[in-house]
Parts: sequence; C-alpha cells; structure tokens
Amino acid sequence: MSTPSRYWREVPQRYRLEANKCEKCNKKFFPPRLICPECGNRDLVKTKIAEKGKIISHTIIRVPPSQYKDQAPYAVGVVEMDDGVNVMGQIVDCDFEDLEVGMRVKIEFRKLFSQGHSGILCYGYKFVPDS
Amino acid sequence: MRDVAVIGTGMTKWGELWEKSLRDLYVETALLAIDDAGVDHIDSMYVGSMSSGIFVGQEHIASLLADYLGYAPVPSTRVETACASGGLALRLGFMEVASGMSDIVLVSGVEKMTDVGGDEATYALGTAADQEYECYHGITFPGLYALIAVAHMNKYGTTREQLAEVAVKNHRNGSKNPLAQFPFEVTVEDVINSVKIADPLRILDCSPITDGAAAAIICPVEMAKKLNKPVVKVIGSGHATDAIALSQRKDMTWLEATYRAGKSAYEMAQKKPKDIDVFEVHDCFTIAELCVMEALGIVEKGKSGEAVEKGRTAIDGDIPVNPSGGLKSKGHPVGATGIAQAVEIVEQLRGESEERQVKGARVGLTQNMGGSGASTVVHIFERE
Amino acid sequence: MEGIVGYGAYIPRNRIKVEEIAKVWGADAPSYKKGLMLEEKSVPSPDQDTITMAVEASKNALKRAKIDPIDIGAVYIGSESHPYAVKPSGTILAEALGATPEVHTADFEFACKAGTEGMFVALNLVKTGVVKYGLGVGADTSQGAPGDALEYSAAAGAAAFIFGREKVVAEVLDTYSYMTDTPDFWRREYEYYPQHGGRFTGEPAYFKHILGAAKGMLKKAGMEPQDFSYVVFHQPNGKFPLKAGKRLGFSKQQIEPGWLVNKLGNTYSGSSPMGLTATFDIAKPGDHILLVSYGSGAGSDAFILKVTSRIEEVRNLAPLTRSILDHNKNYLEYGEYAKFREKIRKAD
Repeated sequence: MSTPSRYWREVPQRYRLEANKCEKCNKKFFPPRLICPECGNRDLVKTKIAEKGKIISHTIIRVPPSQYKDQAPYAVGVVEMDDGVNVMGQIVDCDFEDLEVGMRVKIEFRKLFSQGHSGILCYGYKFVPDS
Repeated sequence: MRDVAVIGTGMTKWGELWEKSLRDLYVETALLAIDDAGVDHIDSMYVGSMSSGIFVGQEHIASLLADYLGYAPVPSTRVETACASGGLALRLGFMEVASGMSDIVLVSGVEKMTDVGGDEATYALGTAADQEYECYHGITFPGLYALIAVAHMNKYGTTREQLAEVAVKNHRNGSKNPLAQFPFEVTVEDVINSVKIADPLRILDCSPITDGAAAAIICPVEMAKKLNKPVVKVIGSGHATDAIALSQRKDMTWLEATYRAGKSAYEMAQKKPKDIDVFEVHDCFTIAELCVMEALGIVEKGKSGEAVEKGRTAIDGDIPVNPSGGLKSKGHPVGATGIAQAVEIVEQLRGESEERQVKGARVGLTQNMGGSGASTVVHIFERE
Repeated sequence: MEGIVGYGAYIPRNRIKVEEIAKVWGADAPSYKKGLMLEEKSVPSPDQDTITMAVEASKNALKRAKIDPIDIGAVYIGSESHPYAVKPSGTILAEALGATPEVHTADFEFACKAGTEGMFVALNLVKTGVVKYGLGVGADTSQGAPGDALEYSAAAGAAAFIFGREKVVAEVLDTYSYMTDTPDFWRREYEYYPQHGGRFTGEPAYFKHILGAAKGMLKKAGMEPQDFSYVVFHQPNGKFPLKAGKRLGFSKQQIEPGWLVNKLGNTYSGSSPMGLTATFDIAKPGDHILLVSYGSGAGSDAFILKVTSRIEEVRNLAPLTRSILDHNKNYLEYGEYAKFREKIRKAD
C-alpha cells in the first residue's frame, strides 16, 4: 500500500469537508480544483460543503475490495448535498431495505479501513440517516 | 487526410489461458492479422493494454512486444485509457495512416489478467476509478455501474428483467462464437438468481476476467485495392473524455463521452445512427449496453430496456448490438476489447461471420469505453 | 468563573443483551442481570472507535458552545482504548474539529478515569488563563474477555466538554482528586484483554476511592449531600454507583438521571462524563451537581458544578444523551458482536 502521504494530503477534505468555489460561476468543487472547468477561472476561493443532503443513487457492495474484506456487505451511494455538490460515500446505520433515492442523510466521521494490521488507520466521512 | 482500410484481422480464443503469457497472446494474434493482410512488413505499431504493470509486473511493453514480434526497430506505442485502450490504439493507428505518416500499421490490444488473484485484479481494474474519492470509500467497478443502474431504473423505469435480457442476448450470440470465453446460453432466471455482486447487479450482469488479444492491420484504401482485399474502410473516428468520478457527472444515467465521441464519428462518416447496420458496444455490465445505446442515439433516452426486451438488438433485429457476444460472453481482456470489436465488425462487413452474420451488413460501428464512461472511442466502418 | 461552555455525547447504535452473551457461555442470564443490574450494552461498529466517537461528541459540544473551533487551545482525549499504541488520538480529533495547528494536545490514560483527567487539565488551563477554551473528552470502546464477567458490561461511548470562562452552562466550583496505587484491574502490553482482581475490585478499589474522593470533596467544599440536586458516579455496573450513593447519604432520585449503565453498559472513560451530560440534559439553573469518576489502578476525580441559566438556551442545539441511548437501536447476535469486536481468530 502507499505511504501515509497520500492519505495525509486529503485530510482537509476527509476530516473537514474543505472544498473551493468559482465565484464567477458560483460553482463549488469537492474535492477542490486548481481551475474552474466551466470558465477557466484560476482564482478559486476556499469553502466547505454542506453536511446534509439526499441520496441520488445507492448500491450494496457484496464483493468488496481487499481493504474492506471483512466489512461487506455495505451500502455506498452518491449523495447530493444541500449546496448542490455530489459526494460518494458509504451509507451506514441504516437497514438495506430502507435505502431509497431521495432519503435524507448527514455526514458522520468514521474509520474507513486500516492499511493492514500494522499500517495506519484511515478515517473520513460516511453518511447516516438524518431522522 | 487519406482514406484508411482494415485489411487484416487476428484473434484467438479468449479465456483463462494458463499456458499463454502476455507475449504469447500478443504475438499469436498479431501474426494472424499480418498473415490475413498478406503484408511482409509494418511501418508502425500501437498496442492497447490497461495494466500490464499490475497484472504481470511488466511496463515498457511497446518495445517488448515489437521485439517479440520480430519487428523491432519499428516504432511502437503502448496506449492506455483504461478499458478503451484498444479503441484508442486503433484511432492512433488510423491517424498515422490517414495523415500519410505511415502506410501499414498494426493495431492490437492485449491483457493477461489471470496471473494475479481476484483481489489484485479488482485493484488493477479499480485504478480506472477515482482512487481518493471513489475507491477510498469502498466502491468497486460493479458498484459504479450498479449506481448507474439504480439511477437509470429510478429515472426511466428500466427493470431488472430488461438488464438480464442484455446478458441473455449476448450469451445467445456468444454461443455461436468459437472464440468466446463463455460460449453458452443463459436465461433471464439464471441472471436474476446468480450471485449478488453489487445490488442490483449479479455476476451474470458482469463481464469476466479474461486473457486475450486481438489485432488488425490498417493501410491506405489505395493499397488495400491493390492487394485485392475486400475494402472495409474506417470512415469515422471519434474520441471524448468526461470526469472519471460519477459524483462529478451532471447526470449519472447519461454517458456524455460516448455521446460526444459518437457525434464526432457520425459527423466524420456523414452517417446517422439509423444508417448503421451493426454495432459492437462496451457491455462491461448489462446496464452499460443500455446506456450506450441511448448515448449513441440508437434509441431514445430511457427506451433502451424496452428495445432489448422486444428483441430489436438481436442479430436478426432491426438494431443488432454485439453479435460477437459482447464483453459478457466473449470476455473482456481489458486492452484487447476495443480491437476485438473492430475485428468483429470487419468480419461482419466482409460477410465472414457465419452463424452470427447480420444479413447485408455494410456499415458497422464500434464503441469502446473506459472506466465508468470517462473515455470513449467510436469508429465507423463501411464496406465498399 | 470558569466552567463548561458546551457538552456533547455520542453512543453507537448497536446493542447486545445480557441474555445473548450468557446463552453462548452457558451462564445464567437472570442472575447476571440481577447481580450487575444491567440489561444490555452498546457495541461499536467496525468503523467506530475512540476517535470517531470523540469527534462526534465534540461536534455536539461545539454546537452547544457556539464557539469557533480555532479558539480551542487544548484538546485531550482520555481513553483506555486509544486506536494506536503510539500516535496521538488527540491530533486527529483536533484536525477534524479545525482546532489545529495552534493547539496543545495530549492523550490521557488511567483505565476508566482518563476522561475526567483530560477534563481536569483542560479546566485548569482555562482557570489559569493559559488557553481561552479547552476540550476534554472521555471515550472508550473497551473489551471484556470472552466469557468473563466484564464481557457483559464493557461498552462504547464518548462524552465531550469544552471549558471556558464566558457564557458557561455550568460553573466548576471546585475539584478534588484521590489516588493510591491499587492494582485492581490492568492490561499488560501485547495482551489483548484486561485482567482484574475479582472481588478485590469492590471495597479496596471502587468504593475506597469513590467514597474517599466524594467525602474529601464535600469536606473541602463544606457541603453535604442534601446541597446537591444530582450526583454522578462512575458506573462499572448498575449496582456499585447505587451502593456508593446510599453509603454517602444520597437519594436514588439524585442518582437516577445520570445512571445510564443499565441500558448502556460501562463506557469506561466515558462513563461518569456521560452520566454528567445526561444530567445536564435535565438539570435546572442553580442546581449543584457532584461528579465522581473512578479509574482502576486506582483513583477518583471529583468535581462540583453549578448549572447556569444558559443551559436552557443551548441544551436542545444537539441530541440529548437519553435520546441517543434510546433511539435507532440495532440489536446484535453474539456472532456479529464477536466479529465487530474482533474476537474471532482470523487467518492473517
């Protein structure tokens, strides 16, 4: 697996949902970009994404990648956050039968996986139902 | 730009081929294409391969394979754009001949996927998705297409049975293809009850892990005529990109890169979807075939499920799709698929497809797609 | 006066009942339930640990405190189940909250008392003016050895407190600590499960220190049990805190709001801190609260708090402790519980 640097570099996004936006197009980008793909503006401004949203698609992973070996089956979805940004993440604390497009969810901090039994722990965002 | 023709094709049986190495697969099919073309030299070669580095620890395959083919010091280029590597290799070869830079170009694709275990293969394929914002969160390739399927089912009412019909049709076609990895039929019940992979997709919705290669020889049309070969011209070529991550797309049910690549190809060829007699598209998952049909304008948005259910995409239907058996039944050695699609279309247009022949086919289209649709290469062929 | 400006709790949604554990080990469930005064306990999901729970509890505290996290000058997590043996938990929490880089962080450990330790230090840094705001969290995902008595009670949860000088929801009037070297419960390095001294964990350990700290605190403050609306003790099981309260002269009504263990289990470093958050959820302005933690090894920290009127303004800005405890519960069978708690020996 990779050195800790790849994980560490994404911490502002994974822990604090840091994003940026193009003030000309009024578009937010998560993860942040260096240049606006709509208008080419290179002066993007720091911001954060909203913490709640609704599911726009979902699936249940039954055959997982190796770092998630013991966690399957688990649900993954794409969520449209309340500020219009789409984010992919696991949906947890929810029965599979209750998953549906349009369901309201919010972000919670969780441990995603560990890099083997002696490697670093990888944290980040997941979605839980917003009752 | 000169007109370009395909004068030779080569493909061997695909499957889990323990005895064959990456080099073996490549050289065997390249030689078949060279013999079929009847040429005694090549000016340049392009080889599409997604992940030889991860699968067999080998990069620098452009030169390795040129040497093993016995053609070093010919210029050789390895092309990579995930599962569209083969299609892009064809496009680059086409551009080299069309521009006048070379006359005889060998375009191939190869992937040797079974020298690693399932986990490593899954990891290798996963490198086509966004590592930090998709794979980090536990998504897999079937998972990405499952998300597209759920969105499509939600938006258009596409059903689980309609997805299964794609696999049924492709297996029926593949059962007539002696080179296919899985030349047997399946039923809708078989598909719907097969092992769950990423809801709603089951294993029979998914293309397999395969070893295989395919090759073609292209040259200017004038040379093809002099060689007394049936002239199958490449009349259109299109290529487009899109965001890799599903969350960065405007509409998950719409394959924008396929639409744009298709549009470029149709414009160059001066053809419309209804002018195409036969299609070979990228059915990495059953839902992919449905979305591609819509993005290529073969059917209206949302109507693909219905079209397959009605049998319109069967070999004897009005819009035949994947007479070869598609990725589902034929197999999907990633880098080779794009070239194999061209091989099928060329043979269809030459009238050599036997039991899989689409009657009277004169114009054919190949659509080869990378990842969850972020790169697409489309070619249109016409028999003179 | 210095005190608590924001408080928050977090409990994972999974539960396992005493009967389910007893069934597997052939134990008599009714006698365990009666003896421990315990019905069920919380279980963390594989994606939850001390740090993830600390982050969520702290976010709840921030919602009530209504401060900019960048102004937090100290971040302490006290736990006996820090995810790393070497690498701080506190830095991950500080980073997640946005308190970095100008912040002091340390990880605390003292069996089940680690939470109030972090609280003690954060409080005193505020009191002495070293920091504007200090965060102390008690969080644990403790393990009990399979089939051992502690397996019925070892649970998971977190409680977070932000200390400051202005706009406090509760003033901290005084503190008192009582420590001795008493080896009642321990875990050696590289051992997976802790060991304990059986009945030795009672009188010479829990009771000696809880009573010692409580009596010492009351004497120091010149107060009696009747002066308090509520008292919160460390809750290793349902019985011990009730017994301690009775011996000190507190009534059941004073203990009840902060007595969560029968439905929660023992959240170790989160135990008395979460009893405090549950008490804050119902306390009225002017109420005095006595908090007495206990950590094996052994020692107790006592705090006297006085609730202010601000508590009613901010209480509902984050979930109430009993609301988290009682809602959206997911009951596990022993097999899934053992898998979640990594109690099954695997190939690698």
